[in-house]
Amino acid sequence: MRYEAPLSVEDAVAALAGQPGAHVLAGGTDLLVKLRSEMIEPEVIVDIKRIDGMKDIRAEEGGWRIGAAVSGAEMSEHEALVADWPGVVEAAGLIGSTQVQGRATLAGNLCNASPAADSVPAMVAAGAVARIVGPNGSRDLAVIDVPQGPGKTALEPGEFIASILLPARGQQSGDAYLRFIPRTEMDIAVVGCGVSLSLDSENRVSAARVSLGAVGPKVMLVEEAAEALKRRVLDEAALDDLAAACSKAATPIDDKRGTVDFRRHVAGVLARRAAVIAATRAKGENA
Amino acid sequence: MSQIHVTTKINGDETEFLCEPEDTLLDVLRDRLGLTGTKEGCGTGDCGACSVAVDGRLVCSCLMLGAEAEGREVATIEGMAKGDQLHPLQRKFIEMAALQCGICTPGILVAAQSLLERNPDPSEEEVRYWLAGNLCRCTGYDKIIRAVMETAADMRRAS
Repeated sequence: MRYEAPLSVEDAVAALAGQPGAHVLAGGTDLLVKLRSEMIEPEVIVDIKRIDGMKDIRAEEGGWRIGAAVSGAEMSEHEALVADWPGVVEAAGLIGSTQVQGRATLAGNLCNASPAADSVPAMVAAGAVARIVGPNGSRDLAVIDVPQGPGKTALEPGEFIASILLPARGQQSGDAYLRFIPRTEMDIAVVGCGVSLSLDSENRVSAARVSLGAVGPKVMLVEEAAEALKRRVLDEAALDDLAAACSKAATPIDDKRGTVDFRRHVAGVLARRAAVIAATRAKGENA
Repeated sequence: MSQIHVTTKINGDETEFLCEPEDTLLDVLRDRLGLTGTKEGCGTGDCGACSVAVDGRLVCSCLMLGAEAEGREVATIEGMAKGDQLHPLQRKFIEMAALQCGICTPGILVAAQSLLERNPDPSEEEVRYWLAGNLCRCTGYDKIIRAVMETAADMRRAS
């Protein structure tokens, strides 16, 4: 195995080119576990952390561009980012321990393509877009379209994610991510739910995106759930419709961490709670 | 296979080492530099026994390659005491018997130090969450949490 730490995107692309056994290293919290267990035996590891911009959180057209090597801890410490996208930052902050937070990244969580990844439903609800670089230049792909199934992504050979854009959104907007785990900390989502919404001047929902994780082979955007909220005040009836839409959309499996029925039910419960938190934040209140 | 030459700073000292590309920082610390205070527990980032600070950030040294340490500053348990002068956390852990077998202790001390540098007045809940990635199979955690809380209080009084 070789280790490369290129200083530019061009050099990273060159290091990855024609190397089917190459792996990209950002935070390494998944990659090093796979290396140790010999799930992967790469010819070359390309560390992207020394590339200019990979550790940056930059304002961009009212949104935020987050470099592929920015850790969860760095996001949590960025007050302006937390103020704009508290749900995304909290979702990333749920991944692993303090030690893992010191290294783990949004881009890595996305590329690991676990159906239960915590940050991914929050990014999908946020309408986040991944900037992918590779031998054919740069392209933007919605985060929802990156995972293709457990462990599989839409990235072509030689490509990697350089940054994630959390887009601009209007006034009176808020987001939230909740997951169910049987413990209080350090566990993998049994169900995860992200909600991002905007309110109009009369506190009716003017825009909404609702996502679910861990209830299908990949994260899902639940259009019916968003429709259930639109143009409505978040009263019990609206929340009931939201919960029903999420429970219906969920396509979970039975496993040791939860049954199909339980996961469907919890998908609805989490959606209700996340929507209430997102709406509270949209009103400028703490939640 | 060619070894990688790495220049780094460990506990304030300029340090150079050669490592294999697949060596973790933990492998390098223990097997190449003889800094065996950092322990290997799980090797997969779950137990926190290998905790070190890199550029002031708490990480698991088992989840980082040695080669990544190039140009970084690494702080390990060996740098915690100043000569014969134990760090207040170390003194308090002994005084309150906040350890039994001791294998998790270096990682817990490094992690607790990292917390107190950021937050000199943490709540019990904050201490428990911060240390959630440091597993101890002996103590049941209670003495550890109390020792960290009391050290924080002592350090606040002293400052």
